[in-house]
Amino acid sequence: MKYRSAIVPFLLSTTLMTAAFAADVPEGTQLAADQTFTYRVLDEFSSFDPQVVEDVNGSEVVRDLFEGLYNQNADGEIVPGVALSHTVSEDNMTYTFTLRDDARWSDGKPVTAGDFVYAWQRAVNPELASPYAWYMELMSIQNGAAIIAGEKPITDLGVSAPDDHTLVVHLSQPLPYFAKMVTHATTFPSPKWAIEEHGQEWTRPGNIVSNGAYVLTEHVPKERSVRERNEMYWDNDKTVLERVVTLVIGDEAQGLTRWRAGEVDKTDIPSGQYPTLKEEFPDQAYALPRLCNYYMTFNLKDGPEPFQDVRVRQALSYALDRDVIVDRVLQGGQFPAYTFTPGATDGFEVPEVDYANMTQADRDAKAKELLAEAGYGPDGDTLSFTYLYNTSESHQQIAIVASQMWKQKLGVEVTLENQEWKVFLETRGNQNFELARGAWCGDYNEASTFLDLLTSQSGYNDGKYSNARVDELMAEAKSSQDASPLYFEVEEILSQDMPVIPIYHASINMMLSDQIMGWPVNNVEQNWYAKDLYKVAE
Amino acid sequence: MFNYTLRRLLTVIPTLLVLIVFSFYLMRLAPGGPFTSEKPLPPAVMQNVLERYGMDQPLYVQLWTYIKNIVFHFDFGPSFAQKDRTVNDVIAQGFPVTLTYGFWSAVFVLVLGIPLGIVAALRHNSIWDYTMTGLAIFSQIFPNFVLAPILVLLFTLSWGLLPGGGWNGGQWEYIVMPAIALGTSYMAGVARLTRGSMLEVLNAPFILTARAKGLPERVIIWRHALKPALLPTLTYMGPVFVYMITGSVFIDVFFSTGGIGQDFIDGAYSRDYSMLLGLAILYSLLTFALNLMLDLLYAWIDPKVRSSL
Repeated sequence: MKYRSAIVPFLLSTTLMTAAFAADVPEGTQLAADQTFTYRVLDEFSSFDPQVVEDVNGSEVVRDLFEGLYNQNADGEIVPGVALSHTVSEDNMTYTFTLRDDARWSDGKPVTAGDFVYAWQRAVNPELASPYAWYMELMSIQNGAAIIAGEKPITDLGVSAPDDHTLVVHLSQPLPYFAKMVTHATTFPSPKWAIEEHGQEWTRPGNIVSNGAYVLTEHVPKERSVRERNEMYWDNDKTVLERVVTLVIGDEAQGLTRWRAGEVDKTDIPSGQYPTLKEEFPDQAYALPRLCNYYMTFNLKDGPEPFQDVRVRQALSYALDRDVIVDRVLQGGQFPAYTFTPGATDGFEVPEVDYANMTQADRDAKAKELLAEAGYGPDGDTLSFTYLYNTSESHQQIAIVASQMWKQKLGVEVTLENQEWKVFLETRGNQNFELARGAWCGDYNEASTFLDLLTSQSGYNDGKYSNARVDELMAEAKSSQDASPLYFEVEEILSQDMPVIPIYHASINMMLSDQIMGWPVNNVEQNWYAKDLYKVAE
Repeated sequence: MFNYTLRRLLTVIPTLLVLIVFSFYLMRLAPGGPFTSEKPLPPAVMQNVLERYGMDQPLYVQLWTYIKNIVFHFDFGPSFAQKDRTVNDVIAQGFPVTLTYGFWSAVFVLVLGIPLGIVAALRHNSIWDYTMTGLAIFSQIFPNFVLAPILVLLFTLSWGLLPGGGWNGGQWEYIVMPAIALGTSYMAGVARLTRGSMLEVLNAPFILTARAKGLPERVIIWRHALKPALLPTLTYMGPVFVYMITGSVFIDVFFSTGGIGQDFIDGAYSRDYSMLLGLAILYSLLTFALNLMLDLLYAWIDPKVRSSL
């Protein structure tokens, strides 16, 4: 027997009651005559191909050009896209999506379940060799891993289309948050006929066929791209913005200058400038929580001997005054972190880990005590190690402040070392470090996207932390209907074992013109859709 | 002269080969690769990606394939960072941009720099001379990364006359600031060089002879003094011109022109091997072509050089 998942009635009622997934313009709003939204991106997009794109800015464009099964609303919750609803089998291994019948490609062809099957098979196809094939693996779609490894044909992928409006997905293990994952660009449908006709050039304006609220009409790499309203989009009547323009501006300060000149509606705030800009433009400077953390990781495999002692790791963590780092150094609305998972993560209650509740003075005292117990400090040996980070002003500032705190409070000698980004990644990935900077942004809005990182088998666990209980809890969380208590326990263990030192949970700092309305400020993944925005008159 | 040109052209091939082999191996010495990322790819995915780009092959095989593709198909390979495009695409789009503002920048340098230098030399030690020299020194202390923000501050933010960046198909208002920012310090150099060599030439015996023959000053300057006075300027402008038309990384990034200077720096950071190599080949071809052109220009201007070719 199959039952409707809890989300379905909710989705249906949202559909009927409000138009929360289109631009929601209050009555009497004076709209700007020119509905063009222009924003700055840092560099050229990796691709506009949903199965190939891998950068954040590229995914933003792809979300406007294509529409997947579900979209996110302003709060980051899933709302119908091409799919209206889904059912889940009792064993949580089979998902059946019902697709709307009025979805159209920009060339007028209907969007069918077959387009999704084609796209998903394409994503794992070794011939396409998409770097984001790993996302399909993460979604636990049956045979995904074997197909990527070249052991099975792509037709064996656990996804099928019994008819044009039904998509059935078979998973290799239950995944409670599976439905949330289909808002990701990798899972968007793709037009087989256009890809076969134009090959690698199918994403060029003129060639591209897409099913989202916008179509790509101009693209000058490294300079600009323009997307315009897609007349074929099923909800086109509710779209307000006519054009969306991206300008590639490599220099942050120049981005801000051009924002001031009114050339762009949105740009990032250069590091450290948020407080002054907030004062100058209180309604246009934003610091929004973001699904990313920032931490330091101990090398527990080849690192220095003292790091094997949990008291040393705790002492170093306790002695860092996160409030100073966040309020005095970064000044961008970040949040001091005592847990690995950001508090903004959906369904994640920040557990009251012990050291978070202490005052900094108590933490400092405890740190001295712990370090002395471990045999270091004024009456013991001098603890010294190297802290490795990648070259960047803000990483350097944090490194300097942290090393000063350790030196003053604990008498620890820290050597700072910075490396160019790719050199750094290689060094850290090969465990050629002692203590290193780390940061992680969630791939989906659920705590496991962070906590999986600290399991023994994770390919991203550069500190090589290993705790059997953590592994067990995270495995259990995969099939649990309510994983919160499990995540709570994992964070508790982490706060004791301290394999990493959480520093802060990130924020996005941006300038957004007060003419642009409908920005999803509460969506911590910052997944925005141009179709939900509108521009008011000055 | 023909033989000389042919000889020079033939040396390009071995030079390029050495450059390609050297750069190819040098790039791969840098730690990290095009697919190294904060989220390392799972081994099976990485294997597929490497296979797709032929990077699972031994290095010498990759090098051979690369050279073969260039020679037989004029194909400089895929870009690893811009996955929907090839290096040919990227250069075809970015180089005309760089060439355009580089050209206008060179025009700005020559059209302003040479007359400034000549006037200063002719009105030696006058108020004109001092003004020109002062102006030249003043602009030389403004490298492009200082001048560009000042220009934007004035022309965009204060006066609202010009857009702060972009290209927009190469409309003139998008070219002005990049061209001036790129050219100003060179313009000053050209003005000072021209002034110096003009002064030297004006004191040379053959000018004295011309004067003694009673030739009008205009003829002396235009027909006899100008050509030899421009030789040092030409020598100076050769490499400067290559630099200008191959794009300044700073100008491209700051003004977001979409030129190839930006690809060079992005390519280095993202380890986009084929992009870097493609650009290195383009740069060396341009350097070579311009040097040859300059040498031929020298020969045309200077009879001594001509007879030695």
